[in-house]
Amino acid sequence: MAQRRLLDRLPVVHQLRQSVGLQRGMLVAGLIITGVFVLTAILAPVLAPYGYSQLRDEDGTFGAQQPPGPQHLLGTTVGGYDVLSRVIWGTQTAALVIVVAVILSIFIGVLLGLVSGYIGGWLDRVLVVVADAVYAFPSLLLAIVAAIAISGGQSSFWGGILAAAVSITVVFIPQYFRVIRAETVRIKSEAYVESAKVIGASPTRIMTRHVLRNATRTLPLIFTLNSSEAILTLAGLGFLGFGIEPTAAAEWGYDLNKSLSDVTSGIWWTSVFPGLAIVLVVLGITLVGESLNDLADPRLRTRRRADSGPHPTADVSVVPGGTVDDLAGLDTVEHRP
Amino acid sequence: MTDVVSISNLDVSFATDGGDVVAVDDVSFTVGAGEIVAIVGESGSGKSVTAKTIIGLLPSTATATGAVLLGGRNVIGLSGQRLREVRGQDAAMVFQEPSTSLNPVYTVGWQLAEGLRAHGKYSRRQARATAIEYLAKVGIPDPDKRVDFYPHQFSGGQKQRIVIAMALALGPELIIADEPTTALDVTVQAEILDLLRRVRDEFGTSIVLITHNMGVVADLADRVVVMYQGEVVERATVTDLFSSPQHEYTQRLLAAVPRIDVGRERTPVAPAEPVVVADALTIEYAGRFGSGSFRAVDSVSFEIAPGEVLGLVGESGSGKTTIGRAIGGLTRVTGGSLRVLGHEMRGVRERNFSAVRRRIGFVFQDPASSFNPLLTIAQCVAEPLEVHGGGLDAATVRSRVDELLEAVQLPRAFGDRFPHELSGGQRQRVSLARALALRPELLIADEPTSALDVSVQARVLELFSELQQEFGFAALFISHDLAVVDTLADRIAVLYRGQLVEEGPSAHVLGEPEHPYTRRLLASLPVPDPIEQRERRLELQSLDHEE
Repeated sequence: MAQRRLLDRLPVVHQLRQSVGLQRGMLVAGLIITGVFVLTAILAPVLAPYGYSQLRDEDGTFGAQQPPGPQHLLGTTVGGYDVLSRVIWGTQTAALVIVVAVILSIFIGVLLGLVSGYIGGWLDRVLVVVADAVYAFPSLLLAIVAAIAISGGQSSFWGGILAAAVSITVVFIPQYFRVIRAETVRIKSEAYVESAKVIGASPTRIMTRHVLRNATRTLPLIFTLNSSEAILTLAGLGFLGFGIEPTAAAEWGYDLNKSLSDVTSGIWWTSVFPGLAIVLVVLGITLVGESLNDLADPRLRTRRRADSGPHPTADVSVVPGGTVDDLAGLDTVEHRP
Repeated sequence: MTDVVSISNLDVSFATDGGDVVAVDDVSFTVGAGEIVAIVGESGSGKSVTAKTIIGLLPSTATATGAVLLGGRNVIGLSGQRLREVRGQDAAMVFQEPSTSLNPVYTVGWQLAEGLRAHGKYSRRQARATAIEYLAKVGIPDPDKRVDFYPHQFSGGQKQRIVIAMALALGPELIIADEPTTALDVTVQAEILDLLRRVRDEFGTSIVLITHNMGVVADLADRVVVMYQGEVVERATVTDLFSSPQHEYTQRLLAAVPRIDVGRERTPVAPAEPVVVADALTIEYAGRFGSGSFRAVDSVSFEIAPGEVLGLVGESGSGKTTIGRAIGGLTRVTGGSLRVLGHEMRGVRERNFSAVRRRIGFVFQDPASSFNPLLTIAQCVAEPLEVHGGGLDAATVRSRVDELLEAVQLPRAFGDRFPHELSGGQRQRVSLARALALRPELLIADEPTSALDVSVQARVLELFSELQQEFGFAALFISHDLAVVDTLADRIAVLYRGQLVEEGPSAHVLGEPEHPYTRRLLASLPVPDPIEQRERRLELQSLDHEE
């Protein structure tokens, strides 16, 4: 095949080149917000003026509920923490929870979905019923139960992160499970799986070599959509008081909870900034996810109109559909101006 | 003669991910009143796009320039209300797949009436009466009762009749029929072609017929437009086109059409222990709860000798694919006996059968989906070697793959490509290479050429018979097309509704068919010669009267 540059074959870059107009705008906006979020998380120790649990510097304590000023750009909270620092450190917690939650749920969910979909029978039926039961349960309630069970009422940095991540995992496994199972059931009846069967390939070989790689093309979509949901669940847990203590890590949901009483007394900065952070990150990741979703479907993808005038040849092979992780590559994709 | 449609200098291009693609390039032709014009071409030649332009059905990614005059109006550039007026009243369309062009949740009467009420004032009763009238005209039995039936209660051919009735009901001057018989069986195809001819004769409607089947063209068309890569390469009357094709492409196209030739020389197969023995083979699919099981194959008996090609012919639903799958161990045998290479397939366990699999090759119908899209061609072909090869090293496997690709006349470099980068015919050759990788004694080919264009089909069939002579494998060749089977098979078995109605040497089955169904099947097959086809049509009609 024509050697397409590696850059074009990376999932998101490929979609970015494919997109035009409003869809491109949405994707770019989402990517910028997500990029800022990731960078902030990595550079939090450099960016934040104070530590997340810092209450005093050499001039003495910060003081509670200080309005924004030169000392504290975004003011201080009721507990005497610096709001700006808490918001910046919070990105780190959020990013960690996303990574841990998604990694945990993706592996278990994909494995279960693959086995369940391919083998079928009673195993499939039992797993689907369990997944449906978890689905039907209010997810936040489930997350609360899991958080209590894991942390045992204690709160430490990793304990809190793990509690949040595992509780999110419990909610997400059924999603990965269902998507991969549905894809597996569809792929199982494809002619190439049958042709592997008549060759005499073992079920394990068919599952790993033929089904798995073809079933995972929608994963980046669920991945992004779930990431935003993970942040919301984490914030929800923190808001309800099942999150991480302020001495262990900064967490937006917790800060929102503590700023509840401030809202009515005209202290706006303690609630606005953590809230804004949650909204922005969720918006950014969702924008990326939804754009990838639209671009992956050739029927939803908008294209430039064909312009009249001289045309290239008619025998360009047209590849139907584009996929998120199209490793097979669309070598006919040209660079768009 | 006044022209119903005149197309001049039509260009259509599509915006795709791969840049703009010109689908139709400077096409001009006219259709006179009461005339049937066939547009012929292979897939991708732009014939469907040209036809869809006539009633403004192009997707939003397409840009058309030029002029399409329909009833004195230029269709290009029309939109909204004015385009809707043109659709139905000036021109109507009949699609390829009758089962998807009817809405399954409404009765056919409602769907007929919908078109009527969109274009005029009809009371509920009038619309219904008109619907019944047109259902009767297209030959639906008991139209006053069946007007309230839903689409699934009709057979494929009847559905296509209903679609034609819907097109007719508005009295258009032109009907565009886009591959109207491609999805149908040959015997049904003959009926639909007959109906279209009657529509022209009785209603004076002009028809634009889009097809890739030269037999259909010879049967129905008055004039022919041959398209190749978006351009019109030849325009001629049907008799001229078949007797003296001018353009080189038309000549190639006509030469590639398989014809039944009873006098074909066939080398007799030496008698030996047969590789496949079916004895009263019965295969049933479990029905839904409460309903009985469905018998797809009903006590069929046949044998395949080593090195022999058995052609299995039948219409859709006749059980031919089921038999092929049973031999390959993909479908369970529920009754009788089926011995494949000495192994009884009834109640076979996968563990015992997997050793036999290396001696069987399988070629599937759809070249588009029979390869894992994420593996290279070399990896696909190497798969059987890796599964059964017992740890061959990569270099040996690769050199075997290269040999196999050469055997199916593909360049070695194709090994590093991905399946979607190959054309349908090339993919089907790779499919052959993969099936032959372990030098099997038996090859099952399930409609290997039905998804291919005629000229590509001719090349694949040629290759198949060369390989068969070289490797000497026995083969079960499944097809719905008698002419295709005739080019390859030593013996032919004809299936009808799960039962074997006739079996014997090809020359015998095709030359002196005994069973009325075989005779009907043979007579329904349109031949690419308008004069001969006219005689055959009469013959078929006399067969119909006998029954």
